[in-house]
Amino acid sequence: MATSFHGVGAAVAALSSSPSNSFDSKKLLCSPRRSFPVRKGASFVVARSDGSVNFDLNPKARRAQQLIVNAVATKSDSSPASSSSKPGHELLLFEALREGLEEEMDRDPRVCVMGEDVGHYGGSYKVTRGLAEKFGDLRVLDTPIAENSFTGMGIGAAMTGLRPVVEGMNMGFLLLAFNQISNNCGMLHYTSGGQFTIPIVIRGPGGVGRQLGAEHSQRLESYFQSIPGIQMVACSTPYNAKGLMKAAIRSENPVILFEHVLLYNLKERIPDEDYICNLEEAEMVRPGEHVTILTYSRMRYHVMQAAKTLVNKGYDPEVIDIRSLKPFDLHTIGNSVKKTHRVLIVEECMRTGGIGASLTAAVTENFHDYLDAPIMCLSSQDVPTPYAGTLEEWTVVQPAQIVTAVEQLCK
Amino acid sequence: MALSYLRSSSSRSANFLKPLSSAASLRRPISTDTTPITVETSVPFTSHQCEAPSRSVETNPSELLTFFRDMALMRRMEIAADSLYKAKLIRGFCHLYDGQEAVAVGMEAAITKKDCIITAYRDHCIFIGRGGTLLEVFAELMGRQAGCSKGKGGSMHFYKKDSNFYGGHGIVGAQVPLGCGLAFAQKYSKDETVTFALYGDGAANQGQLFEALNISALWDLPAILVCENNHYGMGTAEWRAAKSPAYYKRGDYVPGLKVDGMDALAVKQACKFAKEHALKNGPIILEMDTYRYHGHSMSDPGSTYRTRDEISGVRQERDPIERVRKLILSHDLATEKELKDIEKEVRKEVDDAIAQAKESPMPEPSELFSNVYAKSLGVESFGADRKEVRATLA
Repeated sequence: MATSFHGVGAAVAALSSSPSNSFDSKKLLCSPRRSFPVRKGASFVVARSDGSVNFDLNPKARRAQQLIVNAVATKSDSSPASSSSKPGHELLLFEALREGLEEEMDRDPRVCVMGEDVGHYGGSYKVTRGLAEKFGDLRVLDTPIAENSFTGMGIGAAMTGLRPVVEGMNMGFLLLAFNQISNNCGMLHYTSGGQFTIPIVIRGPGGVGRQLGAEHSQRLESYFQSIPGIQMVACSTPYNAKGLMKAAIRSENPVILFEHVLLYNLKERIPDEDYICNLEEAEMVRPGEHVTILTYSRMRYHVMQAAKTLVNKGYDPEVIDIRSLKPFDLHTIGNSVKKTHRVLIVEECMRTGGIGASLTAAVTENFHDYLDAPIMCLSSQDVPTPYAGTLEEWTVVQPAQIVTAVEQLCK
Repeated sequence: MALSYLRSSSSRSANFLKPLSSAASLRRPISTDTTPITVETSVPFTSHQCEAPSRSVETNPSELLTFFRDMALMRRMEIAADSLYKAKLIRGFCHLYDGQEAVAVGMEAAITKKDCIITAYRDHCIFIGRGGTLLEVFAELMGRQAGCSKGKGGSMHFYKKDSNFYGGHGIVGAQVPLGCGLAFAQKYSKDETVTFALYGDGAANQGQLFEALNISALWDLPAILVCENNHYGMGTAEWRAAKSPAYYKRGDYVPGLKVDGMDALAVKQACKFAKEHALKNGPIILEMDTYRYHGHSMSDPGSTYRTRDEISGVRQERDPIERVRKLILSHDLATEKELKDIEKEVRKEVDDAIAQAKESPMPEPSELFSNVYAKSLGVESFGADRKEVRATLA
């Protein structure tokens, strides 16, 4: 697995020419809509969790083999086919998260939000903007920079029946609260013999961003995945972001919701009516026949970008956004494996000990008889994320690598 | 009081009257006597950033006898746990509280079951104080089904939700942020109750404690942090671990009170004061100057870092049960024999509970997978041989 993208990496580097390499992370916060330059004639995939998928087969895309540095953002007028029959309303992913949070706070007075700069500042990624004004200081709490203790306090409050939503400004900061998350959050239901439930939601952005540096580009799902008693979900579209946020708040179990720094400005049309997404369910992004590609969060967009290329080359990949990182939705995954007999996992975690590693083991153990080829797992490199833009691109999996991997798998 | 239902079916006063000579029939029923008695605490309180409460504590015969009985029960329970551990019926970690009983009973006397208590791993006696039964204690220690956590928690994980006892935590200091979270929930729900978050002199050096204290003071939470200072953090004396062992002062801007933790009445007075303070002014720190006779845990003899003279010195001069015994005798509230009878009764209760706990079965294998999540997710778990143990995680 590792060898396949060393070779591709060099080739890819030669093709890299996009000026957007010099993207400044500050822009991410200040000017949402400008952040993602859209190439002319590019086509976008808008995937709905109801299974319907729209994508433009654009022959020009074959030319653009360049490195995809941006996560794909949908423009409001992107493709005429993108509207479903429901009217709905359009919003960005961080607004969808906020909508979900606000609706749940309206619905249940026990829901409160704790985190750094979530209140008066409005949230470092604007997820909680406006909530402090609406709900007051006791329900939207600005904490000092003390992750260990405010996560602990959230868990203590949850033991009494409150439903706090604890925000880590960046998921990496939650490493400071690891003890609280592991021992108290995950295990208290068990060690108390079922007396206490911990209906807490711990959320925050993680993943490799835009030259944020090693400490701010962490993928904590790989560290937390062994903790018994918690659930982990990763959102990737405004639709599932809102749905998963609401489901997580309503769940009696502690849920860790992984968001991604680069996906906050994705725009999508979502339904007006109340809906939630099943926490344990995977999302079928693109049904296919030849190979099952399992992915989540930002890598979903790299996969879909690669899928366009693959379709042009005559492959029919089935893309599943696993969404539920713990537990895995082996039902959906299994059905897919039984159909295609080939699995490619594309993830942003590092190769060692990541979600992909666990998923590889789970699929091998459960569906070994259905596999025609060994599972391929494309992960980020086992290195701290470098600051330099070009190096950072090579750390994560790029669409060209995905295409090569599928070609190798389907040989 | 907390342990009233542990009595045998005959009323307490009847026990005193039964075996005694005719003189007993003339004695007033002391157990229900609530004539106030005022007692002075052993030493005055030392305060930091606040006015210390008065040394004179109001109590009554009924309360003093309850103190005696409850502390005797706790003492006997811990000693019995020691024997059970040596008999290998209790395994793993076992941290015993004997010597520190006054903190548990004094605190209970000052608060209600609606107030929350959270503590670390030396939790057996606090659990009893909150209304737990001896059977639940011994069964949990031996890992049986009748235990308070169904045998799945162990010595360090006793909890009693219906009387707001939040455990029972193994990681040093981690319970303090949890306790401040409890206080936050109390403030959020406008309960007018307080949380006592107990920790030791060893945990007093944990950063998360100061983080939580800062947040509690900022948000005005009804959190009372109680440092049970038994002067040793496992094998390290307090002066070797803390630059400033004046734990009641370590809150800086948070007021503190230093209390003789071997005097149940002083503890009661301090906790009452703290509760009033916390409801009005936010967090306060109580430092209970106490002592443990056993080592840190059963694997620690307790004599390598302190002398036997020190231990026996404290036992002779400051033992909490002896203090209450002397009070009762000096105020003529009961005779020596009656007190000895109480101790015998308590011993029998403990023995009965142990016998009953031994009969409780080990948990079913299916219990391995229950209570992992709050409701079944259909998540399957497998044993080493995938065909053999297969369960749905609930």
